Amino acid sequence: MSDFIAFFVRFLPDLLKGASITLLLTAEGLSAGFVLGLLATVARTYGSKFWRGLAVTYIELFRGTPLLVQLFLIYYGLPGLGLTLSRELSAFLALGLNSGAYQAEYLRGSILAIGDGQMMAGRSIGMSKWKTIWYVILPQALRLAIPAWSNEPVSLLKSTAVVFLIAVPELMAKAKSIAAKTYDPIGSYIAVAVIYLAAVYLLDAFLRWLERASCIPGFETEGRKA
Amino acid sequence: MTNPILETRKLTKIYGQNTIFKDISLKVNEGETIVIIGPSGTGKSTLLRCINLLTSHDGGQVFLDGREITAKGFNEDEVRQQIGMVFQNFLLFNHLTALDNVMIGLTKVRKMPKDKAREKAMEELIRVGLADRADHYPGQLSGGQQQRVAIARALAMDPRVMLFDEPTSALDPELIGEVLNVMAQLARDRMTMVVVTHEMGFAREVADRIVFMEKGSIVEEGSPDDLFYHPKHDRTREFLWKITELYGKKEKEKGGKS
Repeated sequence: MSDFIAFFVRFLPDLLKGASITLLLTAEGLSAGFVLGLLATVARTYGSKFWRGLAVTYIELFRGTPLLVQLFLIYYGLPGLGLTLSRELSAFLALGLNSGAYQAEYLRGSILAIGDGQMMAGRSIGMSKWKTIWYVILPQALRLAIPAWSNEPVSLLKSTAVVFLIAVPELMAKAKSIAAKTYDPIGSYIAVAVIYLAAVYLLDAFLRWLERASCIPGFETEGRKA
Repeated sequence: MTNPILETRKLTKIYGQNTIFKDISLKVNEGETIVIIGPSGTGKSTLLRCINLLTSHDGGQVFLDGREITAKGFNEDEVRQQIGMVFQNFLLFNHLTALDNVMIGLTKVRKMPKDKAREKAMEELIRVGLADRADHYPGQLSGGQQQRVAIARALAMDPRVMLFDEPTSALDPELIGEVLNVMAQLARDRMTMVVVTHEMGFAREVADRIVFMEKGSIVEEGSPDDLFYHPKHDRTREFLWKITELYGKKEKEKGGKS
């Protein structure tokens, strides 16, 4: 055990460097995915036939294929079409596009739950459809989505590990190179697991706070009250 | 004869194979309170929604102040600012306080400056007797209070006409009175109102005219006295008899208003 601690401390600076890239990728992917997911789900729910079709195609394609395949297509496939992207940009695109498809589905559920009633109420005082979506539907739907959506940041954080396969120097890539250097795969992968675990724990705490901070007075669910 | 403020001409609504209502021609004069009564599923609620264009119609026309609002290309959002609507299930914006519910139309639709909008919204809340609940969220209000906020929200837009779609049907019996009182006060202030309701006491006392609808058509219309005491049609008599039997006991408990 003390061996492992010594090992962990020795490589911690290196691992933290990787972890910072992992966190950055998570934050970027999550943000891009949020914007994409929001657009896709609004297009799917309220758009014309064309936009609906486009949104559904996007969501199904990116939820229906492995992240790794998407990543390789972007990094190794696009150059064949004359579009060469850096490793970081490829990683960012793949994570953002993939996450967006999932986030769209989380949001859709809560938009449907808010229902036509709120739309009718907004329209009844002369708001346009888009104003009602922006000022009435989304503020409620986003809050309602938080508990289910909270899976996404955690899941994305762990999914970033695949981008070591295109040699982005994130946490997993660091672990692999440490394992190669020290001939201690158990030590290095346990070390990396510990860091992932700690990151997920902190992220969870933040998400629980967000859920509490954003709830509407008088509309606490039983679970939140407890 | 003054021109009606609101008029439907042969308004018709069809859902697939079902005719919801057909050839409804109705005139509402300024300051009048019209109460529409009739069995459930007669198309009364759909009629109100067609009048403020929340539901599309399949024939006929609607006029507001002599302008045909069902004409192609007419700005629907502008029409709805002038026709207030109160729903059976309140439909307040749950993420906003009572005050913000009333304000949002003023700031986002009418583009009124915030301080002015707040002042006006407060006036409307005072009008429905809820100034002290201004910063409560809908989830913290009783059903009756929520419905009064919903009335204030519609009033804030200074509508020419107010439509009420069974405004007390979702309320506990002891909360109905506070909502009806607010509506009766509006009627006394000569607000033009079209009310769909099963509250016969309200219809008798407040309505200038009662319209009896059944199976998608207007069977009979007239003053409360005419309809309650001298109905021309058997169906009107039957319906009123049934509904007074149903609600009569409750009204006696309220203090035997008639």
